[in-house]
Amino acid sequence: MSNTTDVTKKEQNQDNDTVMLPPVDVIEDSTGITLYADLPGLSKDKLIMQIENDTLTIEGELSLDTPASLQASRVEVNFPRYRRSFTLSKELDAEHVSAEFKQGVLKVRIPKAEHAQPRKIPINVE
Amino acid sequence: MNRSLFPYDIFSELDRLQRAMQQAFELTPNIRGIGRGGFPALNIGGTAESVEIYAFAPGLNPDSIEIHLERNTLSLSGERKSDLPEGDKNSTVHINERFAGSFHRVVNLPEDIDPDNVSANYRDGVLHIRIKRKQAAVPRRIAIQ
Repeated sequence: MSNTTDVTKKEQNQDNDTVMLPPVDVIEDSTGITLYADLPGLSKDKLIMQIENDTLTIEGELSLDTPASLQASRVEVNFPRYRRSFTLSKELDAEHVSAEFKQGVLKVRIPKAEHAQPRKIPINVE
Repeated sequence: MNRSLFPYDIFSELDRLQRAMQQAFELTPNIRGIGRGGFPALNIGGTAESVEIYAFAPGLNPDSIEIHLERNTLSLSGERKSDLPEGDKNSTVHINERFAGSFHRVVNLPEDIDPDNVSANYRDGVLHIRIKRKQAAVPRRIAIQ
């Protein structure tokens, strides 16, 4: 497969044990890559998304309005933070990333740089 | 996806192993199964006045979630549409981890809940259900004369 699949590689985090890895879908088409991430319990102002040295990082702290005297009896979501990083490949245009965040689902669109758009190469048959 | 390179589905094998381990450690599991890893993930807790249920179900239309409370059994069901392109030859799915399809989860709740006093709201992809406990069950301080 082409080297565009670099985005699928996970970055190692130093403190992986204290964060939750949100599940993601990554879809590539001819003009770019779309990433969906499930981040339930994260409000829009707590979401941090940054691109640094070709690494896209999504993170944030959960905020649930729990009563003060709440005693938990069943806990399946047990860490207060989400974090996940992805390595972007060179032909992706990190300057033109767009994102929307709705009801706990983040959708990120990373277009391919103009020169990296696929071209159909004609084959001459002699 | 490159999963077909594996001679068998290693992810489902790992999942099965994890379930087997959980079953080994939890000698008397709940009759409705272990339930962990299901969709939506649930956090349940209680206060003296209420039982609070948090269902982590991002990206749903709140109208499409069915909540049923029968005696002290709560069931949540609905369907989550996939965001993956179907039958599109020009796109490639590199990672597919998010849940898609229909879901149904059932949990047992304490006996003292009041089924007529339930509120539910959906915010940031979390469904929060609050069920009040019956008045008689709320602990009262008894004054000594």
